[in-house]
Amino acid sequence: MLKYISKRVFYAFVMLFVLSMVVYLIFGLVPIDPAKLSCGTHCNPVVVEANRHRLGLDIPLWHQWWNFIMGLFQGRTYGEGAAMIHCPAPAFGYSFPNNACVTEVMAGAFPFTFTLAVGAFILWMTIGISFGILAARKKGTYIDRLSTAFVLIGSSLPIFILGLLIYITAFLLHLIDPITQGTWVSPLSDPIGFFRNFIFAWITLALAYAAIYTRLTRSNVIETSTEDYIRTARAKGVAERDVLYRHNLRTALAPLITNAGLDFGGLLGGAIITERVFQLPGLGYMSIKAVLRDYDLPLIMGTTLLAAAFFIFFNLIVDIAYAYLDPRVRLN
Amino acid sequence: MSATTNLSSLSSQGNGATVELAQRSPRQIAWIRLKRNKVAMVSAGVALFFVAIAFLAPVITGLFHVDNTTLYLDRLKDGQPIGVAGGISWAHPFGIEPGAGRDLMALLLYGSRISFSIAIITAITYVGIGLVLGISAAYIGGALDSVIGRIADFLLSFPTTFMFVALSVPLTMRVEALGIAKDNGARIVVMVLILTVFSWPGFFRVVRSQVLSLREREFVLAASALGASRSRIIFKELLPNLWPLAIIYLSISLPGYLAAEAVFSFLGVGVQAPSSTWGLVLNDASSFWQRDPAYLAIPAGMVIVVVLSLNLLGDGLRDALDPKSDR
Repeated sequence: MLKYISKRVFYAFVMLFVLSMVVYLIFGLVPIDPAKLSCGTHCNPVVVEANRHRLGLDIPLWHQWWNFIMGLFQGRTYGEGAAMIHCPAPAFGYSFPNNACVTEVMAGAFPFTFTLAVGAFILWMTIGISFGILAARKKGTYIDRLSTAFVLIGSSLPIFILGLLIYITAFLLHLIDPITQGTWVSPLSDPIGFFRNFIFAWITLALAYAAIYTRLTRSNVIETSTEDYIRTARAKGVAERDVLYRHNLRTALAPLITNAGLDFGGLLGGAIITERVFQLPGLGYMSIKAVLRDYDLPLIMGTTLLAAAFFIFFNLIVDIAYAYLDPRVRLN
Repeated sequence: MSATTNLSSLSSQGNGATVELAQRSPRQIAWIRLKRNKVAMVSAGVALFFVAIAFLAPVITGLFHVDNTTLYLDRLKDGQPIGVAGGISWAHPFGIEPGAGRDLMALLLYGSRISFSIAIITAITYVGIGLVLGISAAYIGGALDSVIGRIADFLLSFPTTFMFVALSVPLTMRVEALGIAKDNGARIVVMVLILTVFSWPGFFRVVRSQVLSLREREFVLAASALGASRSRIIFKELLPNLWPLAIIYLSISLPGYLAAEAVFSFLGVGVQAPSSTWGLVLNDASSFWQRDPAYLAIPAGMVIVVVLSLNLLGDGLRDALDPKSDR
């Protein structure tokens, strides 16, 4: 087991390393000059050159990448003297439009993305799994047909249309205040305000994802219920409840770990569409703003790498969890 | 499906009644199955209808004497369309766009041309790449297999939406700088490119595992024992068994790409005005919905109907071509 885990961890690190290199390469080759963007409206070649030097963009690309990697561990200092800017580790770079270190900007946005992801995750797993089990148990009845309809609608409605419809409904019912929507409210000081901020975004994401999980759960439970060991359990007189919870679901829900882990990991990097529709200034909304407003390259690179890192990290967790649950994986 | 039917069909063959048993190719069987599936047939009709009206956009708008560039400013008052439900009238069946004052039907019809072309081109390209690379990786194997496999793994660990949002602007500039296309042409090229690059790995994996199992099957072994060349085995033995997969993946991914195009245009990193796609209209409508709800409802309804029918058609095709697959 330990050998398997260390191998996976090593592989994940290699992946991150190569990924950072490729992202750097892609963004290094784009015809956009961050130095030019950094000096705003009062631009002249001297300032651009000074900024280029200050940002460390006047050295070869591979060296820039290496500085970036070192900055993640050691922090980075840009410029000298009075104009010196220091970003403590892990430094992702400096965002001129925000006048702050990228890490700082991302740390400010992360609570929104994190809250959105966790809340939606809990909601969609509860809805998806319970609805899926119910549909599988009542296979062929109207409940099952209802679940099929739910799956179809949930997977066919593009998430931004679903989000817009939910937003409009909530707005018309005076449940959303467009002015305060998207400002951080502490769940401890004002739990109602906190929920009002997130609940509709949670519902939007949860509906879209719950459809997938309903379908997966339903088909897995039905498939498992035809297995011989389920019949054996029934034959030896195990109560129907226990057949479902102890025998069937254990097998049927294990594959969902992969989907759940990857979906959650993907959302932690930022749910661009949902955040945009509900004006939640999380990592996703921040990146789309960074792209559209002034193409703030360090920030875009930071969020892209962070999103990929979350995804790889959860891939790793899923692999380890799966090896723990299924000995065949780790022994092979 | 019991032993008796098998026996009776065997005995009827024994009696020389083979003539009555129609020979059916797998394709015919799949077609019969699909025809029996009413939901899939209706969805196919709806989807084809939308593709047809997209194709015939100039003819249809011509019938109503409207086009997608004329500004019908006389139909607007203070930037808002005159009349009920966004200015719906005989002359403008879907109403008028608030603000600029173009005909909404023309906008949506011409927009659906862009949306459909992006979706169809992307789907065909990624399925083609997946097929070629999947067959090569599994059939040639060795270093090629591991290299392509690693690249696929690598691409799958990128967050696609993020990469799209981050890369679309600079890549569009690059495409324009290279002189391949201009403005929205360049944006469409970039959209197809990014969607394809992040889509083929999934299909590649399916094809690869399928070919790995197919190449050990008796008919492929028999063909190579008979001295069939590599290309003959690939084109005559393997490829016919991969078409169902290709068609399933093609049809299942189409609604996703339509939605993706709409999403990226909605976010502002896709096609831009003055062109119109469904996503652009929806983006514009999302800021007008309080005064003109019909302007939002019509394109939203259209997207939902098209995506829903394409999803249902995809499910139907999968049931028809690969009945063993679990849903």
